[in-house]
Amino acid sequence: MEQIVNDSFKTQEYFINMGPQHPATHGVLRLILTIDGEIIKNVEPDLGYIHRSIEKMCERDSYQQIVHLTDRMDYLSAHINNEAVCLTVEKALELEVTERVKVIRTIVGELTRLASHMLWWGVMGMDLGALTSYFYAFRDREMINDIFEETCGARLTMNYNIPGGLMFDIHPNFVRRTKEFIEHFRTKLPEYDRLLTGNVIFQKRTKGIGVLTREQAISYGASGPVARGSGFASDIRKRHPYSAYDRVDFKEALYTEGDNLARYKVRIDEMWESMNIIEQLIDNIPEGDYQTPTKAVIKLPKGEYYQRVETARGELGVYINSTGTKNPYRMKFRSPGFSNLSLLNEIVVGGKIGDLVATMATIDIVVPDIDR
Amino acid sequence: MIKTLSITKTVHEWLFSVMPEGVATVVEWVLIAALYLAFFALAGLLLVWMERRIAAFFQLRLGPNRVGPAGLFQTIADALKLVTKELTGTARADKFLYNLAPYFVIVAALVSLSVLPFSASLQAFDINIGVFFIMAVSSIGVIGILLGGWASNNKYSLIGAMRSGLQTVSYELSVGLSILTMVLLAGSLQISEIVEAQRTGGWFILQGHIPAVIAFMIFMIAGTAETNRAPFDMVEAESELGAGFHTEYSGMKFAYFFLAEFINMFIIAAVAVTIFFGAYLSPFGITESLPWLGVVWFMLKVLVVIFLMMWFRWTFPRLRVDQLLTLEWKYLLPLNLMNIVLMAVIIWLNWTI
Repeated sequence: MEQIVNDSFKTQEYFINMGPQHPATHGVLRLILTIDGEIIKNVEPDLGYIHRSIEKMCERDSYQQIVHLTDRMDYLSAHINNEAVCLTVEKALELEVTERVKVIRTIVGELTRLASHMLWWGVMGMDLGALTSYFYAFRDREMINDIFEETCGARLTMNYNIPGGLMFDIHPNFVRRTKEFIEHFRTKLPEYDRLLTGNVIFQKRTKGIGVLTREQAISYGASGPVARGSGFASDIRKRHPYSAYDRVDFKEALYTEGDNLARYKVRIDEMWESMNIIEQLIDNIPEGDYQTPTKAVIKLPKGEYYQRVETARGELGVYINSTGTKNPYRMKFRSPGFSNLSLLNEIVVGGKIGDLVATMATIDIVVPDIDR
Repeated sequence: MIKTLSITKTVHEWLFSVMPEGVATVVEWVLIAALYLAFFALAGLLLVWMERRIAAFFQLRLGPNRVGPAGLFQTIADALKLVTKELTGTARADKFLYNLAPYFVIVAALVSLSVLPFSASLQAFDINIGVFFIMAVSSIGVIGILLGGWASNNKYSLIGAMRSGLQTVSYELSVGLSILTMVLLAGSLQISEIVEAQRTGGWFILQGHIPAVIAFMIFMIAGTAETNRAPFDMVEAESELGAGFHTEYSGMKFAYFFLAEFINMFIIAAVAVTIFFGAYLSPFGITESLPWLGVVWFMLKVLVVIFLMMWFRWTFPRLRVDQLLTLEWKYLLPLNLMNIVLMAVIIWLNWTI
């Protein structure tokens, strides 16, 4: 009797496409959801909608040209991506850049991180329904973009770092404008914190949702704020310092709960720490050359080289396999978004569709970074 | 000027003197209906403009300010666009129900408008079950939502319509119970009596201090939820799946749903103003010698409450569907019931102000 009743009331799962064009997937990402009513049974990301064969193009480009391709990958951390390739090439050539270059690269990288986290914060509010946060975030991000436009000439695809140093010296207004921005932003960040973080509705949407344990984070290769929200201290700026990170004093944001709220708080703390780093460096930029001259045609010696940096999303690794010619034989980018997205299925199954949106917002992927 | 308030009487008497009684009655009905339709359209226009400007100011931008003075004619331009749009329909949609659905929500909104007390003598229906009538008629709007979702032949619309209907029906309970709390204080369901009781003793929110304030807060939450506005708009959120039950509607039919949502907001605000803030009465009776100012006071108060509802929308994130329902059934409803008992006790002990 029970068998008959259970069979006739069996509900059917059905597939829904959160298609490539969707306001809540940050980029062209297709998620194939299997849902049972409101509960999610399975999530399968379908990638490749923005694959542009960047790694293949690198095989026929010179090293200076490759730098221009990298900031189209994770366009929100453009400077840091460029820095990664430059550091790898400099490591291979055993080229020492001047102190000035290191310090400026760090400052500019931290400004990029601030801009990226600002956009993330705005979009997170927007995904959860607080549509106003988007505008506040962009107002502040515009100030950073203006600083970059003055120094580098571009607002999104900066191409400021080149192997050997920087493309131009910093603009005379750079130091002053950066200091003004930091002063302005220090008053704004507590406001934004109060708007979203303390809000009861926001906490109910993020606390205890999308829990990622430390073991899961390590086994999926998560990095960046996703890993640090679960207690895995993986900040590359601390563990394998590069550029000027070994001489600044900053705390690593670490939380152990592993839910959406923890990842959110990690990024907010990272914004505070970025401001501290910039403040420590901005007043004492050492004098010197902004470029160490390299040959016009760079040929890396034969071998394999790897360098990792901490972008706003996580650990970006650049691997160059060179056979001594002017183009790499193989170039591989270890993208943080790819590993971070792979754990999506693990942490949203059993939750509801609203939870999926909130979790996607806190994992903070940029799809061109995954698809390259 | 002083004759304004007796204009309804003048017109009424003139009509009855010119034509036979039956015809005069019908003409009067048609006139009042036309007036309400005009008000419906104008109020919709004003509210949409207000929403866009207020949202813009919250978001550090200007909003529509080109079309007409301060952008007031923007909504007319939008309405023109919607009217000239192609009326698409899905292939296997149930034609009759698909076309019928918007009219349910419009009828519910319009009929509720007719009992609102714009002024002491500007109230179309002053029936003895006033506020109860508004509650009953706004339930008809739910049918429109469910029909719209079903007849669209689209599984996302259906999910959206089911969720929306569920949400509306749940929160109607809280709205009704909050109204009941204030009816206890007034002693009558009839709207004119409720307002007159506030003329002598002060507004109900002051008269019934603690339980009235609690009832007001519950009413605002439940009222926002009933009209599917943020932070309770999971059903029609853009970042969820589709646009809810009106995904498949375009052109004028979509305009009906859209307008009806704004008019529902107006009705909730008007009911709040009537039972809590003394509809057309001035604060401390300062302009009671000019009774025609009642309309101005009423509209002012309603606009303040509507501003509050828009403020909610642009500040708070959304609640998840199950959190929405938990809020109603586990928190608001018990609180409401206890509040009614509290109000009854306070009235019995004569502790009202």
